[in-house]
Amino acid sequence: MSVLEIAVQVLSWIFILSGSFFAVVGAFGSVRFPDFWSRLHAASVSDSAGMILLLLGMGLQAGLTLITVKLLIIGIFLFVTGPTATHAVANAAFVTGLRPKEGTGLKAPVDTMADTQADTSTKSVKSKNKPKAKRRKPIAKGKTRAKG
Amino acid sequence: MFAIAAIALFVAMLLVLVRLYAGPTLYDRVLAVNSFGTLTVLFIGVLGFLNGRPDFLDIALLYALINFVGTIAVLKYFRYRAIGDMSPLTRKKETGL
Repeated sequence: MSVLEIAVQVLSWIFILSGSFFAVVGAFGSVRFPDFWSRLHAASVSDSAGMILLLLGMGLQAGLTLITVKLLIIGIFLFVTGPTATHAVANAAFVTGLRPKEGTGLKAPVDTMADTQADTSTKSVKSKNKPKAKRRKPIAKGKTRAKG
Repeated sequence: MFAIAAIALFVAMLLVLVRLYAGPTLYDRVLAVNSFGTLTVLFIGVLGFLNGRPDFLDIALLYALINFVGTIAVLKYFRYRAIGDMSPLTRKKETGL
């Protein structure tokens, strides 16, 4: 095993491990973040990073074959369509009336979810009547959003 | 090495499924489906390498194509309530354009 082969192995190790790290961190962020817009950020950006790193690592493992060409095609396609799909989701949410919160700090996850519900129905952020929002939460969620 | 990547991608897919189930708005769910599709493409590729048969990459490419078209179709459906062309009367009634 020459020095070059060892270097390629180590590089692909690094690429694949960091790609898996980015994928897990992005998924964890999309679960834990309190707001839709921050979740959008976590999911899309780290997905692109993990995708590029994993495909680079796999390409280094495969060497110069047809497999590398296929990996390159997948990479180019995902590199173009990932941000496009994210932009489409963000644009649809913005047109429907979902707005990011401004000014105030982040609160507990359940509370902020209720607040984003109230924001779209022209309630002000100041009047957070918690029991009402909590009562409404399980039922009305998918339906009010789908009608818009 | 590929086993580690496969396990990590599987954990990431499970976490995204949690958001898909719990997402309060429709757009959280669409975002979760899109992210899940990207992770599935990577997972198929890694599984191919893990089995020593990287021919699975064709399936991964096909999945990437379908995933993008599916996301755009779902968003268009929830915006206009129709996937294909609408008749002019329906469009005027629904969107006012």
